Amino acid sequence: MLTMIGKRLMFAIPSLIGVVIVTFLLTRALPGDPAAYFAGPAATKEAVEQIRKKLGLDKPLIEQFFRYTNDLAHGDFGNSLTTGQPVAAEIRNRLPASAELTLLGLIVSVVIAIPLGVLAATRPGSWVDHLCRVTTTAGVSLPVFFTGLVLVYVFYFRLGWSPAPLGRLDVFTSAPPTVTGFYLIDTLIARNLEAFRSALSQLILPATTLAIFSLAPIARMTRASMLAVLASEFVRTARASGLSPSTVIVTYAFRNAMLPVITTLSMVFSFLLGANVLVEKVFAWPGIGSYAVEALISSDFAPVQGFVLTMAVMYVLLNLVIDILYGVIDPRVRLEG
Amino acid sequence: MKRRDFLKSVSGLAAGAALPAMPQMISSAYADARSETLLIVSEGGPNNLDIHGVGTNVPGYEVSWNCYDRLISHAMKSGPGGVPYYDRDKFKGELAEEFRIDDMSVTFKLKKNAKFHDGAPVTARDVKWSLDRAVSVGGFPTFQMSAGSLTKPEQFVVIDDYTVRVDFLKKDKLTIPDLAVIVPCIVNSELVKKNASEKDPWGLEFTKQQTAGSGAYKVTKWTAGTEVIMERNEDWVGGPLPKIKRVIWRMVPQAGNRRALLERGDADISYELPNKDFQEMKANGKLNVVSLPFSNGIQYIGMNVTKPPFDNPKVRQAVAYALPYQKIMDAVMFGLANPMFGAPADKATEVAWPQPHKYNTDMDKAKALLTEAGYAGGFETTISFDLNFAGVNEPLCVLVQESLAQIGIKTTINKVPGANWRTELNKKEMPLFTNVFSGWLDYPEYFFYWCYHGNNSVFNTMSYKSAEMDRLIEGARTAAAAGDTATYDKDVKGFVDLAYTDIPRIPLYQPFVNVAMQKNISGYQYWFHRRLDYRALVKG
Repeated sequence: MLTMIGKRLMFAIPSLIGVVIVTFLLTRALPGDPAAYFAGPAATKEAVEQIRKKLGLDKPLIEQFFRYTNDLAHGDFGNSLTTGQPVAAEIRNRLPASAELTLLGLIVSVVIAIPLGVLAATRPGSWVDHLCRVTTTAGVSLPVFFTGLVLVYVFYFRLGWSPAPLGRLDVFTSAPPTVTGFYLIDTLIARNLEAFRSALSQLILPATTLAIFSLAPIARMTRASMLAVLASEFVRTARASGLSPSTVIVTYAFRNAMLPVITTLSMVFSFLLGANVLVEKVFAWPGIGSYAVEALISSDFAPVQGFVLTMAVMYVLLNLVIDILYGVIDPRVRLEG
Repeated sequence: MKRRDFLKSVSGLAAGAALPAMPQMISSAYADARSETLLIVSEGGPNNLDIHGVGTNVPGYEVSWNCYDRLISHAMKSGPGGVPYYDRDKFKGELAEEFRIDDMSVTFKLKKNAKFHDGAPVTARDVKWSLDRAVSVGGFPTFQMSAGSLTKPEQFVVIDDYTVRVDFLKKDKLTIPDLAVIVPCIVNSELVKKNASEKDPWGLEFTKQQTAGSGAYKVTKWTAGTEVIMERNEDWVGGPLPKIKRVIWRMVPQAGNRRALLERGDADISYELPNKDFQEMKANGKLNVVSLPFSNGIQYIGMNVTKPPFDNPKVRQAVAYALPYQKIMDAVMFGLANPMFGAPADKATEVAWPQPHKYNTDMDKAKALLTEAGYAGGFETTISFDLNFAGVNEPLCVLVQESLAQIGIKTTINKVPGANWRTELNKKEMPLFTNVFSGWLDYPEYFFYWCYHGNNSVFNTMSYKSAEMDRLIEGARTAAAAGDTATYDKDVKGFVDLAYTDIPRIPLYQPFVNVAMQKNISGYQYWFHRRLDYRALVKG
């Protein structure tokens, strides 16, 4: 098992090197001149040149690349010009914010989508099936920023039930000491219930927004794969042997239907993590997606490179975890390099 | 499955999720904290707390303004609508107790009780070090200092512990005003020197992350891109102690949410909202909305005069007659701007800037001028704008495109990403574009020097060159320094007239700074930098 994981990680190295080279070249190929941008509105040509020199952008590309990889090897992702902070520290602070939101959204989504999919598959053509179809279609057809804005409008602006969409905590609550970076956990560790409640209530609307969006693929996949499994021979045999319907569905059918669902989950998770930019924008969430987009807008190379690299590493790790999970769920699947 | 059932199930789900948030208790401590705290929401935040830093952005200027002191500042006067407005011509001491302007120098006596945030006294050495720093670090701060002929460290002389003299290189009317802008702020030199390194002799890395000044506020927490928290400096001597104890400045990227926060009463102040929102908020009267014109600022249509067809003044005049000025005012600005067009034909040119030109939308005249210039059949060109300000620029360009099509000028709209805009401006190749320029120092000759002078600065976006124009601008600058009002007036009128006959850039309007705040907030002051001054604000 361990050698297997080691082997898998070894295979990931060439792709990571590829990612480093490609992001470096791509960011350099972007139109726009960071020196001119950061020299400010009132800059003369000389001022722009001075800034260029300070940023090291006057050096040949190959030298810039070696300097960049050398810094990377020392764990230095460079400095962001838009926020003025080291990229590594920013990603470390922002990744948990995105991860907490995405995980919570995913959990809400799974709790609703999987039972919905299972029920729909066991009673095809019934009202549950139709409900599943309509909910999922509606979920994917509504763009996330729209759902987010509607939720803010209704639950914050109109009804006043939800707190102001001001990020992870309300203004007068201070952040708990960082242990995991997940406020829900950190506030509990610090036994600060006030902050816990604040963090939770801030999370509800954005997590719901994400959940509505990710319902569709999970519920559809659960339904489809359950339908296939329920039609298979071992289920018929189980039924014929007089096992109770719940045993048949939960123990035999569901476990076998889970593999494609897990694959979908991993895809949805990694997709949401990078793509919930719009939700982050709507809820002023200090996450990693909005960070990357802002950096891109101002041709700020370092954060973009850092973001892509982090995402690549996350994908590699996520795939590894999924593959291990496969083996646990279905012993027939062998984890091989 | 009925649509109604579906809607019910979805909204039921969302309501269930939102319920636990409902009992949001407001404890009394919380209420107290609120009454002395100002919550500001805006789109962007600072990237550097020190204006001397590399590439400090505009929100960073706001931090510098409130957390650092300058030797002198402007006095206030009553502006449009009774809103306090900085007085361009009146100065008062901030760190300086008194100052004396001589023929070729100015001497400042410092307030003896002034202290930096860490308790160290503000001395003449700090002043010299800070001004040396501003003229030496390069980039924007050095450029801004040079606008007032402040370029050499030798100009700043320490007389004794509490007296500093600034020597003039030449007579320049802009030297004193330039000492009252944001850049010449006084930094705690001992503290910063301790944290400087060989690679970074001016300690820019240190002051980027924390404030080291003597100003009315100090930054206690800064999370880039998320929030800035500032606490009042109880020992501030630059003016009366501010009423607001704590300022929390949160970044809320979504304009709709900023408005919702204001209307729900959760945020105290916001700016950078779409004009339509400001106009609606003004109309419904629940909030105070202050709108004041940018001093020395104009949104314009520029034309590259080095290349045909815009090298022909007749073509430029034709365009000036073909622009849909009033439509832009109504549909793009929602009335929140001062028109810069359609002055009566017999109106005499004033010694002021900005002032409206005499062109009006007149398609027949435009058509005739275009025919006269030899372009009866029209021509094709592109109109470019900066996507960072797409909210105004995009509808504006669409209106211009539609209007120019009526005289046969076919335009393609070219949207330039913000990061790329300055590069494009520097190349000076865009044939037709819209842009905005506003100068900190509110003097006509300052504006013209940057925008029309033949030395072709970045802001002379049209690459306009005219010996007569240069002569008039230089004349006005010399006359201003010498105090020769008659020549000054003549030259200013001269260059304004020339700019409007040659019309390389067509002013559209003078934009407004819009700030929306709760009814219980008072004391807003307009400053040349257009950012908030927390020191004068009062809550309750």
